[in-house]
Amino acid sequence: MLSLVVFLPLAVAAALAPLPSTVSPRVFTVGWVCAAAVDALLVLVVWLVHAAGTGITFEQRVPWIPGAGVGYHVGVDGLSLPLVGLTSALFLACAVHSVHRTRGVKGFVLLFLFLQTCCLGLFTALDLILFFVYFDLSIVGMYFVIAGWGSGNAGPSALKFFLYTFLGSLALLLGFLGLYLAAEPHTFDIVELARAAPLSGQGVFGALVLGAIGVGLLIKTPVFPFHTWMPPAHTDAPAVGSVILAGVLLKMGTYGFVRIAMPLLPRTWNEYAWLVVLLGVVSVLYGALVAFAQEDFKRMVAYTSVNHMGYVILALGSAGLAVGSAEQARVLAVTGAVTQMVSHGLLTGVLFLLAGALYARGGTHAMGQYSGLAGPAPVFAGVTAVTVFASFGIPGFSGFVAEFQILAGALATATLAAALALPGILVTAALLLRALHRICLGERPSIPPRPTEGSHDFTDLRANELTAMLPLLGAALLIGTLPRWLLAPIEAGAVHLVGAIG
Amino acid sequence: MAFLVWSLVLLPVLTGGVLACTGTRGAVPAFPVGIAVAAADLVAAVAATVVRPSSEVPLFRGIGFGLAVEGPSGLLLVPVTAVVLAVLWFCATAIGPRESAARFTGLMLVFSGAMLGTVTASGLVPLLVCWEVMGATSWALIGFWWRRNTAVRAANTALLTTRSADLGMYVAAGSALAGGAGSLALDELPELAAPWSTVAAGGLVVAALGKSAQLPFHFWLSRAMEGPSGVSALLHSATMVAAGGYLLLRVHPLLAEESGVAAATAWIGALTALVLGLVAVAQRDLKQLLAASTSAQLGFVVLAAGTGGVFGGTAHLVAHAATKAALFLVAGAWLVGFGTERLVELRGVGRVRGGLGGVFTLAAAVLAGLPPLSLWATKDGILAGLGEHDAALYSLGTAAATLATLYGVKAVRLVLTPPPGGPPVVRQGTESGGGLPPGRAIPAPALLSAAAAVLGVLTLPWTSERLSRAIGVSAPAVPTPAEGAFSAALAVVTAAVVWWWGRRPPPVPARIRSGLRRWGVFGTPLARLPVRALAALAAALATFDDRVLDRGVHALAGAGIRSARALERAVERPLNGGVYTLSAVVGGLGRTARRAQTGLLHQYYAQAVVALLALALLLLVVR
Repeated sequence: MLSLVVFLPLAVAAALAPLPSTVSPRVFTVGWVCAAAVDALLVLVVWLVHAAGTGITFEQRVPWIPGAGVGYHVGVDGLSLPLVGLTSALFLACAVHSVHRTRGVKGFVLLFLFLQTCCLGLFTALDLILFFVYFDLSIVGMYFVIAGWGSGNAGPSALKFFLYTFLGSLALLLGFLGLYLAAEPHTFDIVELARAAPLSGQGVFGALVLGAIGVGLLIKTPVFPFHTWMPPAHTDAPAVGSVILAGVLLKMGTYGFVRIAMPLLPRTWNEYAWLVVLLGVVSVLYGALVAFAQEDFKRMVAYTSVNHMGYVILALGSAGLAVGSAEQARVLAVTGAVTQMVSHGLLTGVLFLLAGALYARGGTHAMGQYSGLAGPAPVFAGVTAVTVFASFGIPGFSGFVAEFQILAGALATATLAAALALPGILVTAALLLRALHRICLGERPSIPPRPTEGSHDFTDLRANELTAMLPLLGAALLIGTLPRWLLAPIEAGAVHLVGAIG
Repeated sequence: MAFLVWSLVLLPVLTGGVLACTGTRGAVPAFPVGIAVAAADLVAAVAATVVRPSSEVPLFRGIGFGLAVEGPSGLLLVPVTAVVLAVLWFCATAIGPRESAARFTGLMLVFSGAMLGTVTASGLVPLLVCWEVMGATSWALIGFWWRRNTAVRAANTALLTTRSADLGMYVAAGSALAGGAGSLALDELPELAAPWSTVAAGGLVVAALGKSAQLPFHFWLSRAMEGPSGVSALLHSATMVAAGGYLLLRVHPLLAEESGVAAATAWIGALTALVLGLVAVAQRDLKQLLAASTSAQLGFVVLAAGTGGVFGGTAHLVAHAATKAALFLVAGAWLVGFGTERLVELRGVGRVRGGLGGVFTLAAAVLAGLPPLSLWATKDGILAGLGEHDAALYSLGTAAATLATLYGVKAVRLVLTPPPGGPPVVRQGTESGGGLPPGRAIPAPALLSAAAAVLGVLTLPWTSERLSRAIGVSAPAVPTPAEGAFSAALAVVTAAVVWWWGRRPPPVPARIRSGLRRWGVFGTPLARLPVRALAALAAALATFDDRVLDRGVHALAGAGIRSARALERAVERPLNGGVYTLSAVVGGLGRTARRAQTGLLHQYYAQAVVALLALALLLLVVR
């Protein structure tokens, strides 16, 4: 069942591939929407079945390269299922958003179907090599998306993204090999490695392995000082590419921590949790402050991602402190971290779609070029306002549920660090409100900055754009108001994880 | 009866949320729907006050989302919902914005629902949720006229100022978790372990001071006047600023454990009442006078919370809500009718329409603390008993009360005495259609004003004992006859002096007066400094990010390419050269070897002989 979920997009891609690129682009876009919709329904079924079970469900184990201890081992638990759901939701939104696309449609659709399989595969993988394969392939796929369909300085940005994150994945592989060698018998199986925890108590080697895995994941997350690949990649990527990059690919980094780094190296994690907390706090403040100084809307959103992912890292680090006590606070922090991954995916997804709408109409992301858009485009302004408030953590939306748990949990175990990170939510509020004011509110200039052909003013959101955005916002609202359906499975996973790390 | 407390909060929030999204289609039904929901909520509030329901649903691990009518909230539900209904009625009939009526009504409903949630929250999580939703909605209401940059900036200032204070509530939640109150219920806070209880109390006090526009957060309230008058009538009376005072009264058991924090709270309240009282006296703009007086009056509530007068503080909160709502509604009507807020131009407006003038005069007399009206009585209830324990606080409070008489009477005298040329004429207003409100609008402020006048009965010993027992707080101290007589005499004499003094310039240097007048500004350097520092730091970090961090990565990549080139020059080329040399040598050897292949048989034989001899020689040597 899980393999069907993972490989359905790839199968659809294989079916569409033989068609000549001269057929109507609608064939590809509608095919993509259908594939993404069916996949989302399948994920819903998985969710409902999982909710009735406990631990890892839908587990499947097939020998792959038995000699090297590599197997095709998949399954979902409370930590991965929310991300599987997020992935299918975001890809569906991207498919709907791209339904009217005309330029280079075939390759675009095939690449995204391929990317969807990679992303779903990564979140269901329970084998290090399988995880690594998906991790690398997703980088390849995203490279082509940015290089082929990007704007502005797309080539160099894509190359930078590829080389930087590929370097990270090499470090990751090094770490995986360390784990493999330490385990007896040698294996890459995540579940078995978690049970054995082969490196607990082996100071230096454990630290080196955690360091290698940590650097690989921190680059992907990205965390200060490894984040500089991200702003150019986001600025030059197509809007839906940014959605997947920020919404799903960044989560591979943070997910790697809860799936691999923490449970497989529990003692080492405890030992270096303070460093993780420190990196988290610095990312929170640094990301927020640098975002405050940006003039380009998309670049600003990219830097707020550094801030939001910083909270995740802070929470995971603080969960590694206070071993043996404060169980509630640590579970709260881990639950908040996973919720933040989902929440950031949904809300930043909408922000990037809005950035795409802005660019499609005004031809620029520079905030200084716009003002008073609420006049000609009230729906655009309304959606932007709601998303902005949700994004800086106003209760009622998922961001608050995530950030409250993170901050309350972290304040209890890493008090000083969390107190230092607290003003981050104020700075994000300030910068997002300022962006909202500059773009949507205030006087509308009498002459629009760049009237496009055929229309002399900024047109409001189209139906397919709204259809892509509103369900994501709706999900964020649902998580923000009635979160138990999401929090219950995450908490089960978080309790297990906190138990594993002491 | 759990549904009662949920519907109390959710009914306005959900209807308001839907209404706000309907755009122009919702313009016609907006006010009728809003009034109907507010009326239904008033009924629910009355029922909830009687039944005292409580309910909780699970939210986070071990932390619930609970609403309950307990403590001071029992006395606040009906005033809050009544003021909401009155304000919406007056907006619908008189001063409401005609443009985007659905957005206005919807936001007002969400805002009031969030206030009701704040008042009924039984744990820190529901409190923070409703508290911040109220803050966000206040942003949308203050910035209602979004085309005006000043309005949007004022909204941003209000939200960011109150949110920076709200961080205290996050800190309080973390401390409660660390200090052993895992459920984050308000009732568990007094039992927190030692250092955490101080931190939690301090955090909650900071959050409350921000919301209630107390020193040093007071400045946001001045700029919040950019919103429609109906918003001011709600924001300054029973909601928003009232929430801060309410929170301090609600968590009084925690403050009682933390005497240091409580004392600081009391002093900040008293100082705000005094300083903002001075500010109010100095105003030339009616709405600004009323706004400054809001901070000052809330100062009394904060003082009460700091000194343990929970019942007295609650009574003052209720009486002030009715008073200030009435005043702002009438002020809004005058703004619409005469197109000005400047007090000089409003001289004599109270005589243009007797009804409005009477309503305003009564409410302003209440605000002035004239006996036997309500604010006089509730303020005496707060100060009662302080004289023995803390003479300094008592004197501060009395001085602040005298200032209240000054600004209250000043406002009344201005609107009742027309200038020589007669009162101003009604003209096109700035907010909506213009003109004075129709007769059917008048009951709203009139009832509020009447309620404000008589709410002093709450503090009569007979009622206060029963009510405080009903809401489960200690019975209030009752002022001695001497204290009562003194404060009554002081108020009457002050009022008489102010009336007699009239329009002559007050005996205070003009520089001080103009300094006080610009209270929205004199607070801002305090706020502007961190904002400027933040912007500078952000710019510096952005430069660092581009110039150092990103360049560093590029330099690293460049170093890779350079080292590859160096490697090519230093190793690859010599190595390659070596390979060429080797192949040349081998080729030469091959060519040499080929020379033996002459094709002449006798030479092959000779070669064979030489080879055999060499072999034989080798054999000999090896043996």
